[in-house]
Formats: sequence, C-alpha cells, structure tokens
Amino acid sequence: MKPNEKQNSVELYFMEVRAKLIDIAAFMDRVERDGLTEDFRYQAFKEAMDALDSDDRAENVLLSLSDRTSELIPAATTKAACGAWPDKPQ
Amino acid sequence: MRYIEPHAHMVSRTTDDYLAMVTAGCKAVCEPAFWAGFDRSSAHGFYDYFCQLTDYEPKRAAKFGLPHFSWLCINPKEAEDLKLADEVIALIPEFLGRDNVLGIGEIGLNKNSRNEMTVLEKHVNLAAENDQLILVHTPHLEDKFKGTKLIVDMIKSDSRIDPGKVLIDHVEEHTAKYVMDAGFWGGLTLYPESKCTSARAIDILESCEAERLWMNSACDWGVSVPLAVPYAAQEMRRRGYDDETIDKVFFKNPVKFLSQCANFTVRG
Ligand SMILES: [Zn+2]
Repeated sequence: MKPNEKQNSVELYFMEVRAKLIDIAAFMDRVERDGLTEDFRYQAFKEAMDALDSDDRAENVLLSLSDRTSELIPAATTKAACGAWPDKPQ
Repeated sequence: MRYIEPHAHMVSRTTDDYLAMVTAGCKAVCEPAFWAGFDRSSAHGFYDYFCQLTDYEPKRAAKFGLPHFSWLCINPKEAEDLKLADEVIALIPEFLGRDNVLGIGEIGLNKNSRNEMTVLEKHVNLAAENDQLILVHTPHLEDKFKGTKLIVDMIKSDSRIDPGKVLIDHVEEHTAKYVMDAGFWGGLTLYPESKCTSARAIDILESCEAERLWMNSACDWGVSVPLAVPYAAQEMRRRGYDDETIDKVFFKNPVKFLSQCANFTVRG
C-alpha cells in the first residue's frame, strides 16, 4: 500500500524520534548512575542496539529481545512478560 | 470517517468511551473474551461473563447506537488448569447460537506452555466442529515471536480450518510476514508501549498485504486508548493517504473478514 501524496518522513517524524533518542540517552545515564547496568533487561537493551546497524532495524530489535527457542515450556510460572528474554544465552 | 473497532474489551470501559467512539465514527465494536486481570475461581464465573458478553454489554452499547459483537473462549492466561478449561469450553456451545457471537476468541498462547497449547487445540477443534471464525491472541513481548510461530504452525496443520477465517492478532514487524504468508488475516494492535504505535502499524500496512490486516485498540482495564483506531486513521491522513484508502483499511477490510460470520451486519 502506498500513500496518494507521499510525505517527507523526516519532516513528519524527526522531532518525535529526536525526543525519544534523548530519552534513551538519559535512561542509559540514569541506569549507569544507579549502578544497574548488570540487569539482564539493560544488557538485552544494549545488545538490541546492535540491530540499528542492520537493514530491517525494527524487526531485528524485536528479534534480539525475543525468546528464539521453539519448544513449549513445561508450565507457565508467571502470566507476565518483561520485554527481554531472561534465559538468553550470553 | 467510519470505522470498525474489531477488538475492544468494553466491559472494562465507561459510557464516556462509548460516546467518544460513536462520535469518532465507530459503526460496530467486537469484544473478545479475555482475562479479567485476576483468575476466575470457577466455570460459573465464565458462565456469567459469557452472559455479560452476549446479553448485557450489547444492550449497553445499543444505548449509544453501537452494534456490539462478541467472541467466546477461556483466555490462555487461565489455561494451566486443564479441568477448569474443559469445564469452560463445555459451556461455549450453548452460547454460539446467540445472535451477537462471531466465533471463538481470543484464544492462543501466553507463555508458550504445554497446557496452553492443549487448550488452544481444544478451542480450534470447537471452532472446526461448529464452523466458527477464530480470533487468536499472540503472546506479549519476548514471548511473541516463538508463540506466533507455534500458533501458526498448529492451526495450519489442521486441514479443517480455512486460514481465511482466522485472524491472528497483535502482529508486529517480526511476526506479520509469517502470519500473512500462511494465508491468515493479521491484526495490528495500537498500544503506546507494548505493541504498535500508529506510525509502525502504517509501516507494516505498507510492507505487508494490507487487504488482510486490520487495526484495533484492544482497549481494556489496562493502559490503552479507546480511540486509538481513529487516531491511526488521522496518522494515515498525515502520511498522505486519501479518504478512500482510509475507508478500506478501517471499515471495508474488517467488514470483509467479519461478514464471513452470518451474525455480523453493519450499516455504513
Ligand atoms: Zn484482547
């Protein structure tokens, strides 16, 4: 699907994602100040940043944060998801 | 504009939300059965919930002139107790005859466990035996990629199920193609943090077969936006789409999928 009148996506989104980028930077400063860089979620977050150098960035960031195994687990011990895969092999 | 809200948990919302939705152009709302935020203690709780979805809530929506439809199931979050799941699934057939019921949903996986898969298989069997549409919930966040593949592979392996009568919801960039390539319909859920923003949802529309995708707010008792669908339409306008294309994405496409159920009727 294509728009009838294609708009300039930098024009549309630059300010919005600029703000998000500064938020990311400030978040990383904060985690470092608080001594929480060993948290597996933060480690996964930093690793996912490598995907920004790939072609399909959104897809690869999501994959980096995903459980990539294919076997059903024996039983659910929680209902919640945390956004990063706790058992990711390092 | 006119639009369909194909996935909203209205039992958790207020009358203000109904008013805002009809004011924004909503022509029908579809409500899948879901987890209440706490585990129900018995099948009786589900019986009452199914009555609410098929009787009380349509009446509440009708006060705002909004047709209300529902999907029935036990949510994957409550699938670890197989005995309870069996009791709830046994209740469903008597509700399938009610005139606002669209099919079985939202079924699926949550943490990708064995019992969740067993209960999913039982729901798919129920749908096959009763020739029902299926609405599938895919897992959240880190569990989505694995769960989506397991779900797609399982449903595809059941020759009784026509993929064109199954919508797999909450797809994102890493799962949309797998769902669409298998012939299913896909749902894009508009959540500010845990699912798609409007901008990303439109990106996916532009890169996949938009004819088999719909957008929904999946508004419920958590942080969610009941007007997320018309907001996404506004984002499409900002991106240069005309009214005709927007009408196709937000009205005609969902109507096409939902009209496969004889109970679904809508006035444009
Ligand atoms: Zn839902």
